[in-house]
Amino acid sequence: MIQSAAPAELNRTSPLREAYLEGYRWMLLARLLDDKLASLYRGGKIHGGVFLGRGQEALSVAIGLALKRGDVFAPLVRDLAGRLAFGETVLDVVRTFMGSVLGPMRGRDGNVHRGRPREGMLPMISHLGAMTAVVNGMLLARRMKGEHGTVGVSCVGDGATSTGSFHEALNQAAIERLPLVLVVANNRYAYSTPNPRQFACRDLVDRAVGYGVTGHSLDGTDLAECLRVMAEAVRLAREGGGPQLVVAHLLRLCGHGEHDDAGYIEARVKESALGRDCLRVAEERILAESWVERAAVEAWQAERAQLVEEAVAKVQREPGPDPFEEDWLTLATGHLAEGDSSNQSS
Amino acid sequence: MSVTYLEAIREAQARALRQDPRVFIYGQDVGVFGGAFKATKNLAREFPGRVIDAPISEDAIVGLAVGAAIEGMRPVVEIQFADFSSVGFNQIVNQAATLYWRTQVPCPITIRLPSGGTSGSGPFHSQSLESVYSHYPGLVVMTPATVEDAYGMLLEAIAIDDPVIFCEHKLLYYHLKAEQLPTEALPAGRARIARAGRDLTIVAYSAMVHESLAAAEELVSEGYQVEVVDLRSVKPLDTDTVMASVARTGRLLCVGESWPWGGVSAEVIARVASEGYDLLDAPPQRLNAKDTPVPFHPHLWAAHRPTARSVTNAARKLLRS
Ligand SMILES: Cc1ncc(C[n+]2csc(CCOP(=O)(O)OP(=O)(O)O)c2C)c(N)n1
Ligand SMILES: [Mg+2]
Repeated sequence: MIQSAAPAELNRTSPLREAYLEGYRWMLLARLLDDKLASLYRGGKIHGGVFLGRGQEALSVAIGLALKRGDVFAPLVRDLAGRLAFGETVLDVVRTFMGSVLGPMRGRDGNVHRGRPREGMLPMISHLGAMTAVVNGMLLARRMKGEHGTVGVSCVGDGATSTGSFHEALNQAAIERLPLVLVVANNRYAYSTPNPRQFACRDLVDRAVGYGVTGHSLDGTDLAECLRVMAEAVRLAREGGGPQLVVAHLLRLCGHGEHDDAGYIEARVKESALGRDCLRVAEERILAESWVERAAVEAWQAERAQLVEEAVAKVQREPGPDPFEEDWLTLATGHLAEGDSSNQSS
Repeated sequence: MSVTYLEAIREAQARALRQDPRVFIYGQDVGVFGGAFKATKNLAREFPGRVIDAPISEDAIVGLAVGAAIEGMRPVVEIQFADFSSVGFNQIVNQAATLYWRTQVPCPITIRLPSGGTSGSGPFHSQSLESVYSHYPGLVVMTPATVEDAYGMLLEAIAIDDPVIFCEHKLLYYHLKAEQLPTEALPAGRARIARAGRDLTIVAYSAMVHESLAAAEELVSEGYQVEVVDLRSVKPLDTDTVMASVARTGRLLCVGESWPWGGVSAEVIARVASEGYDLLDAPPQRLNAKDTPVPFHPHLWAAHRPTARSVTNAARKLLRS
């Protein structure tokens, strides 16, 4: 049971309080939205897969909050909290999952494959490891244009660290000394594959030395630590310290996707400190520190739940894409597009 | 004064760098060294900071180019040999080629692929991959056969708002010469009648245009007038020009240096067969490289790819049918 403090005893002076509460509120929104997406999926209301970030919100939100407008963010599957904190709207999320033509991907792509490159948020392609080099390109281009002071974060999982793309891109960033922060969410599994089948080094952060970049580790269940370490890594990158490799230790508290019951996650791992729910940990700390009253937390929950319900209700009334309205063209240079001309029988 | 196909490629890049501050070159050894084929010779000195040596990381090279394009730059990537683009394949076909369709943000990158067989280069320095890249939506695939097109089309490739796979033929680099650089160019997507004729249409592109022209010349002594269509870009494919030529000649032979299964020559024949069946006086034919890796030894290499001799034989057979 969580003890709520009396109003008179509220502690407003802690230097951590504001950032922590802000992080918590985004985490809460992300969790409630994830829960809603899961229930829509179970109700057959979402076409295609649903992939959640449950258990990884503290790390993710810390990324979103460490970045500023104008920075570059390449989130991955489990980064709903970070996306929201960085500026993605709940409507963009719901529209992409529900296939609304009004969403940023217009029904052409779905679920976690969404973004707005011009606003610094890259829409991941599925191929793991592939987004980091794209972030590098944006950062290099900015340097060439004489724009300084921006940072790019690319997120990957433990599984993605085994790809050639991961290696190529981190090495490339190190060579160019780009302001890249590469965040590895080591949630111990890549789909069903545990760490020992993925890599043989003691800790992924040890690789930082090999690439000539700065390494950081953090406990992804502890929001305060996530905020502190991510802010530090982003600051170092922004100040010209070159690429930063952040390795977070946590566990995903859901299936790989909502189709997966994650029966392969061992009980002892779930029961270990890694298996703590970062949202619950944050809530307990907020109340234990007397940063706000319990009633305030409950009000935040209610407000966010309503926000989510409203967005879903709105998007449910929106149209999906119309195949007859589609131009079916892949090129920006219209006159070079072949379109359907080669397919006379259609 | 004359200019080679390779010099035209260098000059086009120099001009693009000079005219457009958004252009930069990224690839292995392209900097001070000037590239494996010297296609970027002296450019690093002339354009400091804009001709950048890359690590041997084709995936990251293309990925970086896509990111730079999102930021409004116009990167030109040199892949040292077309064959190594397989290592960057994912970024080309899944990242670059889908960006505009998914997000409406254009992806103006040019990927130069030194392509095609040269004797002694073997299975991994000789490939012609235009058919592979043409298969993917979202890419423009150029296959210049002349010095003029090497220059004009590369400038166009850099100016186009989409990813362009620029297949430059290594065999043409040094020996193909023109008097001077062209001042105007036919746009991509338009084929060119490289030689007019009335008895047979040979559709070719890149180095195969020259083998086909030599075959056409050979067949003159036998009383045949062979028309050679240079596709210039294989995607988009100028079906209209091909069809109009077949309407004149009634016979079609497609020649390509890539492998036979599927591909550009198969596509041309499929289009002519389905849209212009009535124009044909004989079944359309094609000639490609043999369906094996590209061999090293000159005896095998010369027999592996279509040459003036094998094109002549195939054409003669079709003319007599
Ligand atoms: C190159 C590539 N191979 C395989 C897949 C299929 N796949 C999607 S997610 C996944 C597991 C990813 O694990 P990890 O990187 O640890 O991220 P997590 O799901 O744990 O967040 C796999 C194998 C893919 N998307 N890309
Ligand atoms: Mg994982």
